[in-house]
Amino acid sequence: MRRRNLTTMQPLLSVNQLKIHFPVLGGVFKKRIGSVKAVDDVSFSIAPGETLGLVGESGCGKSTLGKAIVRLYEPNAGSIHFQGHDISHASQSSIRPLRRDMQMIFQDPSESLNARHSVRSILEEPFIIHGIGNKEERRIWVNQLLDRVGLPANSADKYSFEFSGGQRQRIGIARAIALKPKLIICDEPVSALDVSVQSQVLNLLLELQQEMGLSYLFIAHDLAVVKHISDRVAVMYLGKIVELADADAIYQKPRHAYTKALLSAIPEPKPSVKKTRILLEGDVPSPINPPAGSAFGHRINHPLYEQTIGQTFPLREIEPNHFVAADPCCLSTEDYAKVSQTV
Amino acid sequence: MSDILLDVRKLITAFDTDSGLLRAVDQVSFSVKKRQTVGIVGESGCGKSVTAMSIVRLLPQPSGKILEGEILFKGNDLTKVDSKDMRRIRGNEIGVIFQEPMTALNPSHRIGKQLSECFLLHKNMSKKEAWQASLEMLHLVRIPAPEIRMSDYPHQLSGGMRQRIVIAMALACRPDLIIADEPTTALDVTVQAQILDLIKHQQEELGMSMILITHDLGVIAETCDEVVVMYGGRIVERAPVKTIFENPRHAYTKGLLHSMPHLDTPRKSMLPVIPGMVASLNQFVHGCRFCQRMKREGSVLRERPLYKEISPNHWVEACPQCVEGI
Repeated sequence: MRRRNLTTMQPLLSVNQLKIHFPVLGGVFKKRIGSVKAVDDVSFSIAPGETLGLVGESGCGKSTLGKAIVRLYEPNAGSIHFQGHDISHASQSSIRPLRRDMQMIFQDPSESLNARHSVRSILEEPFIIHGIGNKEERRIWVNQLLDRVGLPANSADKYSFEFSGGQRQRIGIARAIALKPKLIICDEPVSALDVSVQSQVLNLLLELQQEMGLSYLFIAHDLAVVKHISDRVAVMYLGKIVELADADAIYQKPRHAYTKALLSAIPEPKPSVKKTRILLEGDVPSPINPPAGSAFGHRINHPLYEQTIGQTFPLREIEPNHFVAADPCCLSTEDYAKVSQTV
Repeated sequence: MSDILLDVRKLITAFDTDSGLLRAVDQVSFSVKKRQTVGIVGESGCGKSVTAMSIVRLLPQPSGKILEGEILFKGNDLTKVDSKDMRRIRGNEIGVIFQEPMTALNPSHRIGKQLSECFLLHKNMSKKEAWQASLEMLHLVRIPAPEIRMSDYPHQLSGGMRQRIVIAMALACRPDLIIADEPTTALDVTVQAQILDLIKHQQEELGMSMILITHDLGVIAETCDEVVVMYGGRIVERAPVKTIFENPRHAYTKGLLHSMPHLDTPRKSMLPVIPGMVASLNQFVHGCRFCQRMKREGSVLRERPLYKEISPNHWVEACPQCVEGI
């Protein structure tokens, strides 16, 4: 019931064929000698109240994608629509009102919170920037925020370094929810936390989503965490989304060889279960000089790799709401036949 | 008795700080048999790394020191060995793999030179022999094109490759014991799987024992024979890996196991949590420190629970509040 609503509703965020390329400078005159295709032709959307998980190895472009959505980077091509507005090239001043509805939580809260400001002034800042409320009202709101994220009321007059990692992440979350946003980009929000604190923060994020109808773009490399919190999951490899599906589907029936390899690499906390593991050789290739054909086919030395040179692999719907890159190196023969027909 | 390689007995390690001598490791006892892998788990600040660094005597100086206890390595008490002999043992008989390979490698020396050093120092080889042996080590840890890599600097390698180099260095002298402190925490899952596979494979091949420190219970389940669970500088539970996962007795072990989302936890359900957080070193009570976290009161906070064997090879800190039926 709820699932149907998510897909038929007008998306809150839709990203279309987005490209973020960074220049590579070289030589004595620092001329542009190439580019890093950090995000290359990525499309997806997020419905109100939905969580989209984004997974991939380091360097695959997942954080760049997150930052591009809040427009910390300028896209080279493609579009980003938020609440129906095209924000892909909007100026920083015209985007400001929309920023209220779009917030970000970072991995390392000690770096994203100003150590010279008290918690009160960190939490008040969003209200001041957007000109909301008077001093007294703001004081009450800050106290409410602290209470909501489970911090004692006297935290307001302390500084961020006086808190533990988990508490600092709570401050980061309080700041993100201050203006009652619609979308929060969470960039590895629990990776730096201990196991027991991680579950506390995940529970808080889930509660807030239920109460406020928030949407999350949840970027992480821990696949068990992503599965737990997400409705749908997108798998990124070398700047591209290679598979996008409902969280349960992607974990139960992964189609792309890279997704399969990622899942098989998770160490399971069950000593009696012996898993068969797909061991990948080497690392993610450099996005400065990516393989000419199927990027993952190259890594696994697939016999069909030569044939894929020069080709692109658009996402195809293999089953309702399950999209996968139509790459002959990375799909089973059956699956490839199925997606080739849908062209 | 003879198959015990390392026997740590009632180890107490403390740091000299402004607020006095604080015990980061408080009477820890465990042993490692030959060819066995012992995992140490716990949250940050529970004393895992300090325990390991006490064994190889690499505690931060001058503040860290071993106050009491014995560390018997092949029957030799490492706490009494002088620092010159310790240098010989470290690297030669005990290899260490650190978490962050970039800090473990010297950025200004080429890989070949750094690796050769182990052989020059411990094995009395000539430069040429050492170079050859280093090259073999790179082959062993499956570095592609090792001849070229020998003349690279650490920054030219990826994180996974650097970690392989650090493993190669730790294995170079075929030590009897490897201490791996969070060897894969900084790496991606796919690279982590490669590295764990590599460590396990080499360990079996060379017949070494290992102490693996990690906070990832999945890694523990896949690589260890025995598990030591630490909380607040003490061992709260110690048992064979299957027992820890299937029949945990201490509330902290149970809490750790449950709070982690598994692939089969129902999606978007609330996870069980361990409330609160680890107290800081100078606030620890003498009694049960997990009861302190759970805000329990009374005598449990004053009297230190006994560390006892409740069934063969299964040890717990027997706090009546934390362990049912004790």
